[in-house]
Amino acid sequence: MKHPGMTNKVYNIPNDIFEWSEDNFKRVSKIIQKYPTSRQQSAVIPLLDLAQRQNSGWLSKTSIEKVAETLSMSYIRVLEVATFYSMFNLEPVGENFVQICRTTPCWLRGSDKLVKAAREISNAKLGETSKDKKFTVVEVECLGACCNAPMVQINDDYYEDLDESTLKKILTDLKNNKSISKGSQIGRQASYPERGKDA
Amino acid sequence: MLREEDKIFKNLYGFDDWSLKGANERGIWSNTKEIIEKGSEFIVGEIKNSQLRGRGGAGFPAGLKWSFMPKDSGKPHYLVVNADESEPGTCKDREIMRNDPHLLLEGCLVAGFAMHANTCYIYIRGEYYNEASNLQKAIDEAYENNLIGKNACGTNWDYDIYLHRGAGAYICGEETALLESLEGKKGQPRLKPPFPAGAGLYGCPTTVNNVETIAVAPTIIRRGAEWFSSLGRENNTGSKIFSISGHVNNPCNVEEEMGIGLKELIEKHAGGVIGGWDNLLAVIPGGASVPLLPKSICDTVKMDFDSLKEVQSGLGTAAVIVMNKSTDIVDAICRLSHFYKHESCGQCTPCREGTGWMFRMMEKMVKGSAQVDDIDKLLDVTKQIEGHTICALGDAAAWPIQGLMRHFRPEVERRIKEYRLEEVA
Repeated sequence: MKHPGMTNKVYNIPNDIFEWSEDNFKRVSKIIQKYPTSRQQSAVIPLLDLAQRQNSGWLSKTSIEKVAETLSMSYIRVLEVATFYSMFNLEPVGENFVQICRTTPCWLRGSDKLVKAAREISNAKLGETSKDKKFTVVEVECLGACCNAPMVQINDDYYEDLDESTLKKILTDLKNNKSISKGSQIGRQASYPERGKDA
Repeated sequence: MLREEDKIFKNLYGFDDWSLKGANERGIWSNTKEIIEKGSEFIVGEIKNSQLRGRGGAGFPAGLKWSFMPKDSGKPHYLVVNADESEPGTCKDREIMRNDPHLLLEGCLVAGFAMHANTCYIYIRGEYYNEASNLQKAIDEAYENNLIGKNACGTNWDYDIYLHRGAGAYICGEETALLESLEGKKGQPRLKPPFPAGAGLYGCPTTVNNVETIAVAPTIIRRGAEWFSSLGRENNTGSKIFSISGHVNNPCNVEEEMGIGLKELIEKHAGGVIGGWDNLLAVIPGGASVPLLPKSICDTVKMDFDSLKEVQSGLGTAAVIVMNKSTDIVDAICRLSHFYKHESCGQCTPCREGTGWMFRMMEKMVKGSAQVDDIDKLLDVTKQIEGHTICALGDAAAWPIQGLMRHFRPEVERRIKEYRLEEVA
């Protein structure tokens, strides 16, 4: 199911064309080879992911049609996959797609405050894209980094052991096109019980 | 307490090199050929004797599961590794895949060979992008060094491992939903029977195992079933990674012996409950799907499958979610109800409609705007969902609420009464 605030309807842009880029076309055949011949439908999730990456983080109607054509699947079979899984966005999203984990382990450690902080910096409602197109903030279910709670995912990377001020700094830096470092924000190695190895 | 030399996951935190070079230094891939040459019956027998139980939540004996695979079916056999780690509180497989991926890959070869499979798919949740990237690099390294591929490790056994990324659906952690998803469909669980060992991926014999279950297999064969079963107790043997999250001073993943006391686990490894042990309110001992335990039980309970079953909870994925007295316990469970509402695949009516209904009722319980009778009505609905759906998601949505009412009913009633009084005033 899509995250609250995200649409489950397909967006159709008139005269939109989607063709695989040269690099992605090579990737497509490599991906299909992972599965037995005549079982290429298995590649539908990886191909939708690839199409979404090529299309600035969301799937337009034409990109879904392209995946169907590539895998010789009917459009409706691809569409039902695109609507079933939460990671496929069916509308344009901001440059930074910020997913804040809201499930109990993160909530116990203050995820509500992160939502407040992110809304303040992005100045947009959950699921909406900010005016400057920099951010789309959504609340999501457990992202599986509970020992580093609370955490958010921004595009592909996890940012962990957050609090209000560290998240605000990350988002402000992103807004100003500054580089940020992923992972634990308190200098912890993975889910080691303490800061630093010999601490 | 687990001795250092008995730990299977030697690079759980990634302080050392995760690549093949580091893996070799930790003894991974050292005598894989010898293990394979002992034969598939020996491997399955050793796993059976070790009494290893599946680490993905259900705790089904792993050796027995492997033995269900037919010997000669004339069809390709598949090993599918369930790396769709999404159970709230659980983050152990992530550490294995990013910090010690070769441990998993070696397990894939040994387990796959034992069940006569030449192909393995690892289904990793889509959000684990960096973890998938490490794992893919490790797979490439293993191919380059002929550890997998044609004539894997020089054993005359051809073995391919493919990584498949999911796209965000908790239900794909259910084994038949995972297979549907891997076949390129919506992740909706299949009716059983047939079980995957008879007709799984592409209708062929398939075994689906959790990452941790597969990753521990080579070490068990190397060190012997007797060593593994000497840890823990009868039927609850070995070591296990515990994910400790929530209100503790040092949340962490830690490998410990099965059957360790819950209090000892939290105090020794996670720096204790925030505000001290007496500030503890409740613990969810095995991931979101198992009923919570109040402090009085936490004082003495041991962390293994059977001990937790005795107190009407479960070990699940061994994800320990700790809540101290600052917690709004009703809201904590309400959040989980929201989770199940969001993750229901929509196939079975009791789950699709019931999870939404339970969440809305739980929201009223949080505020207190429900009626006192509604508590029994809610419990009745949980009973009508439990056991009436194709997969266990319906049960998993019902149990946390049943646990809450079993141990914290007075708190829920207090809220309803207070809300009433406020309304009158």
